Amino acid sequence: MKEVTVVGQTVEEALQSALKQLQATEEQVEIDILDEGKKGILGLFGRRPASLKVRMKADPIREAKSYILSIAAHLGVHPDIQVKRQGKKVFFSLSGEKIALLIGKRGQTLNALQQLTQLVINRHSNDFIQFQLDAGDYRKKREETLTALAKRMAEKVETAGKTIRLEPLPAAERKIIHAALAGNRRIDTFSEGTEPKRYVVIAPKSK
Amino acid sequence: MEELILAIVKPLVDHPEQVIIEEKTEGSKAIYRLSLHPDDIGKVIGKHGRIAKAVRTIATAAANAAHQKKVYVEIAE
Repeated sequence: MKEVTVVGQTVEEALQSALKQLQATEEQVEIDILDEGKKGILGLFGRRPASLKVRMKADPIREAKSYILSIAAHLGVHPDIQVKRQGKKVFFSLSGEKIALLIGKRGQTLNALQQLTQLVINRHSNDFIQFQLDAGDYRKKREETLTALAKRMAEKVETAGKTIRLEPLPAAERKIIHAALAGNRRIDTFSEGTEPKRYVVIAPKSK
Repeated sequence: MEELILAIVKPLVDHPEQVIIEEKTEGSKAIYRLSLHPDDIGKVIGKHGRIAKAVRTIATAAANAAHQKKVYVEIAE
């Protein structure tokens, strides 16, 4: 972390010189006043300069980016990261060569990376941040696949009149299934089981 | 692999300087035993072991990418 210790005639003067050195604005730094300084009598006797310790505030997005890049580098991947922020939600989208290595089978690696980065981003943030990580158009494609699966299964349930249990899915993916079938009045959807083996059940609507 | 595990775990804990990894090989398995500051153990395991599982998932991805041995990550009590 970047940090400087500065002295000046007054606290304000010391702070300005620190900001210059760090090339930062006042909002981007944390300040520890080591000594407020003393003007002294007639500005001559017992005068003491002010001294401060000034450090760059952690930026959660910057920390999250460098976290992902350092892990990816160990897997031999050097992705580009596109950042989108909407209030308390932060989205990162990875692109570049060998991105599939960061997705893994059924998005396992991507979900693990998302989970860990969510922790890192919130360690450096005062407000809770909801973090989503995507790579290429993986999440969009997955949503299409899951929506198609949901519709197909719902048809089966309707025609056979029998209940179907899907494979265990992470919460965000179960939500896609529920949402896809929310408008269908002939069936019900709900989740059963405990994480991480929680799964969606599609059942004919009880009359 | 050791460096990867450190890169994953250190930013999650309050005492990164106390993260130590011991490596052993048993047959076709590579075992990485993590020692942490007692206050950090829970952080790295997570609720129902979710964080530990995520760490293992990425370690496994790295081992597959490098065609290495099967990796096991253990957390010392």
